[in-house]
Amino acid sequence: MSAREQILAAIRRSLGVTGNEAPRRKEVADRIAGHPRGVIPARGQGSPQERLDLFARMVEQAAGSIARVNDPADVPAEVAAFLRRYNLPMAARRGVDPRLADIPWQRAGTLEISTGAPDPKMLSSVSHAFAGVAETGTLVLTSGADNPTSLNFLPDNHIVVVDAKDVTGDYETVWQRLREKFGDAVLPRTVNLITGPSRSADIEQTLILGAHGPRRLHVIVVGAA
Amino acid sequence: MPEGQAKRVGLFVTCLVDMIRPSVAFAAVKLLEDAGCIVEVPRQSCCGQPAFNSGDRATARAIAEQVIEAFAPYDYVVAPSGSCGGQLKTHFPELFHGDPNWLPRADAFAAKTFELVSFLVDVLGIVRVDASLEATATYHDSCSGLRELGVRAQPRRLLGSVRGLTLKEMRDPDVCCGFGGTFCVKYPDISNAIVEKKAANVAATGASLLIAGDLGCLMNMAGKLQREGKPVEVRHVAEVLAGMTSEPAIGAPAHAQAEPRR
Amino acid sequence: MTHVATSPHFKENAKAALADTELQNALKFVEVNIVTRRREVVDRLPEFDALRDSARDIKNHTLAHLDLYLEAYEQKVTAAGGYVHYAVTAEDAKRIVLDLCRKFGARTVTKGKSMIGEEIGINDHLEANGIVPVETDLGEYIIQLRHEMPSHIIMPAVHLTKTQIEADFRRAHDKLPADRDLTEATSLLTEARTILREKFLAADVGITGANFLVAETGTSIIVTNEGNGDLTQTLPKAHIVLASIEKLVPTFEDVSQLLRVLARSATAQEMSVYTTLSTGPRRADDPDGPGEYHVVILDNGRSSMLGGDFADMLRCIRCGACMNHCPVFHAVGGHAYGWVYPGPMGAVLTPSLIGVDQAGQLPNASTFCGRCEEVCPVRIPLPRMMRSWREREFERHLSPATVRGGLAFWAFFAKRPRLYGLATSLLARLLALIGRRKGRFGWLPLASGWTRHREFPAPQGATFQAQWKAHKAGRR
Repeated sequence: MSAREQILAAIRRSLGVTGNEAPRRKEVADRIAGHPRGVIPARGQGSPQERLDLFARMVEQAAGSIARVNDPADVPAEVAAFLRRYNLPMAARRGVDPRLADIPWQRAGTLEISTGAPDPKMLSSVSHAFAGVAETGTLVLTSGADNPTSLNFLPDNHIVVVDAKDVTGDYETVWQRLREKFGDAVLPRTVNLITGPSRSADIEQTLILGAHGPRRLHVIVVGAA
Repeated sequence: MPEGQAKRVGLFVTCLVDMIRPSVAFAAVKLLEDAGCIVEVPRQSCCGQPAFNSGDRATARAIAEQVIEAFAPYDYVVAPSGSCGGQLKTHFPELFHGDPNWLPRADAFAAKTFELVSFLVDVLGIVRVDASLEATATYHDSCSGLRELGVRAQPRRLLGSVRGLTLKEMRDPDVCCGFGGTFCVKYPDISNAIVEKKAANVAATGASLLIAGDLGCLMNMAGKLQREGKPVEVRHVAEVLAGMTSEPAIGAPAHAQAEPRR
Repeated sequence: MTHVATSPHFKENAKAALADTELQNALKFVEVNIVTRRREVVDRLPEFDALRDSARDIKNHTLAHLDLYLEAYEQKVTAAGGYVHYAVTAEDAKRIVLDLCRKFGARTVTKGKSMIGEEIGINDHLEANGIVPVETDLGEYIIQLRHEMPSHIIMPAVHLTKTQIEADFRRAHDKLPADRDLTEATSLLTEARTILREKFLAADVGITGANFLVAETGTSIIVTNEGNGDLTQTLPKAHIVLASIEKLVPTFEDVSQLLRVLARSATAQEMSVYTTLSTGPRRADDPDGPGEYHVVILDNGRSSMLGGDFADMLRCIRCGACMNHCPVFHAVGGHAYGWVYPGPMGAVLTPSLIGVDQAGQLPNASTFCGRCEEVCPVRIPLPRMMRSWREREFERHLSPATVRGGLAFWAFFAKRPRLYGLATSLLARLLALIGRRKGRFGWLPLASGWTRHREFPAPQGATFQAQWKAHKAGRR
């Protein structure tokens, strides 16, 4: 008997079932297909404007920083301002996300936004988020050439652009949008839910930012609610 | 039971009160009688918690059957203790799980059983007592009373009505004192570490009086405070509410010559 | 790092812990800090209690259908291009992981924090076979330098002070300038970050645990604050996930119920910094990610907990709230428990995994104060299950003869109220007489455990029942 068969048999013995019972199978199939929602906190259920305000508060509470701009064309100036604020080189790496490609980066003059293989020496990166979640100030990023996962973790400073209309009130809305984009019961290799910069409190419970991931997380919300 | 007819209460003394400090039970009787109850005390030994918590379920069951029988004639069963109260009210039905003969009796018994202060406030609707005591006191929440029976606001409410008594909350009033029944003798050093912290929290309030609703906790905390030479008197909440505080406090000498107090 | 359980020596371990001043200082953080911060973050979410009910129900439902959810999960992992391996025992799991590491020619392996990894002793096994495992979670890294087990399931190095950590870094990072300043926690972190960054980039294989395994999509989820788990699983050639069978969760909607109580209970955060959903290996158009994705699913005794007295323990989501609130844990710390899982959840789980004859002390070292159950996000009745272990010990005569004898003696009287009344009357009057002058005893025979540390109050005189009888007779 393979380990798999052993374990399944042991589970079935303990539960007093054969595994062939139709009602049980249906219950499981129905739950997976129907993915019923549970308790959703009221805090993220306000108006779109209230959601954005909550999102901004929660990002800051998680030690991230946040800026709101009206138009993608305003993004380069905001990125430049962030880098200047912390005396960082005017350079960042991005993936091939068309939303980032379409931004008129040249508007910020000296700012060099490049694509290409991950460069461990690059201090800053720019990603475009799939969504934001107001309930906890969380960003949702998906893997792939558009926004390579390593850009979320290797550089010291991570700048994430998110569209205001993609800021949801709760996680449940994000799961639904992921299903709509990628298909039912299918996901890209990695989905990162990111809430603030990397941190550790392992040394005498002292909170320090920048453990292994980025020290700084800067969120740029584009557009109106 | 028709309005106006006095409630018949069977007092569950608890073995510690019975043996070590009967004044707590007399205080409980006074509070219940003042509130219009008829109090009786059937012959009893223990709630069985030492056996229950040591894994001797058979003994715990046998004792539970005796208690349920002995207290059958009463409208209510009241105990001046959160831990015995918890054993009677929440654990007795557990002991008879799956027993069609005894479980209904255990459920009925549990439904009519209460910790003393919770009975006074939640069942009888008492909002104040007629007592006075000039002192600054602090109150310790016994774990079972708090977490199994929801006793927290009620004693504070009634203590608030005691003339001259000021209540000062300690840090972590709802954290265990380290008694834990057999725990304090099975793991004396760990129990000591826990009660040391409690004693420090009590002393830090500057209160001259420590009050709680469980004699086990009180003996543990009194014993520690006294070993450390801390000048804090320790009494049961029933004694304070009944205005019966002329007795020496827990662990204090009989006919106390006024001990030099700072 | 040894995984031979010292749980049978809990009492001795506890004694050493109580005398350890550095440990006692370190534990104050848990007792004061975490408890307060959890209270604050919970108070900010009105739905928290309702979420606990929801989380409990999801776990119960999943456990009741675990065989089917495992099958569904495995099917999706395979469809996504990943591999599922089943391990009945810890030995099986170690063999599978070693085989995989050899397949990838691994020389070094980075590791995200994994309690299952600790449970099976994977680091020792890899080292014994010439492969170097590098812990990347800062707390785990620190204890790896010290060859210790974690003392807490979320904060592995919570038992250490900054001074101790500095000493370990100086000792282990001997190629760095000896006169460098390491007095600040930030400098310690920066040093660890720099050293570990090299390891991340050089590792051949990355091993992580999993907080959840999602049946809907065949996804494994890790929850971290540092980002080490992500670097562990993204950069190397292969990603190995170590998870036990009860990590299964049906859907993402179910996951969000659990996530909402997890970080709040574990670290008093609204949400951990990185919650990462991993599904299969690198895709054709992925510029990064592991070439292969393997999940090792471990039973190690859990299947026999299902449907029994300890089934509720399988709901545990490893948040650590129970130990954060436990007065015994505050007094002795996690190492005293002697194995991988400390505190209340360790007291219930350890006897299940390594046997009650080894770990029987743990469920006895509790006052049943109930704080653990009060804060458990999935409402596990921890004191009740500790009592169940005590019942098993009693039945199997595992408690010491003196304890059994004392209990039997007491039970004889307690079951006979008349005799009990006589005996207690005698004892009470005797002790009252002896103790009347001082009102208490500094020492009592048979009560030395008590009187070692505190005074014992003298009884007031006759028992209440004796006085009541007289009082009633007088009244008539």
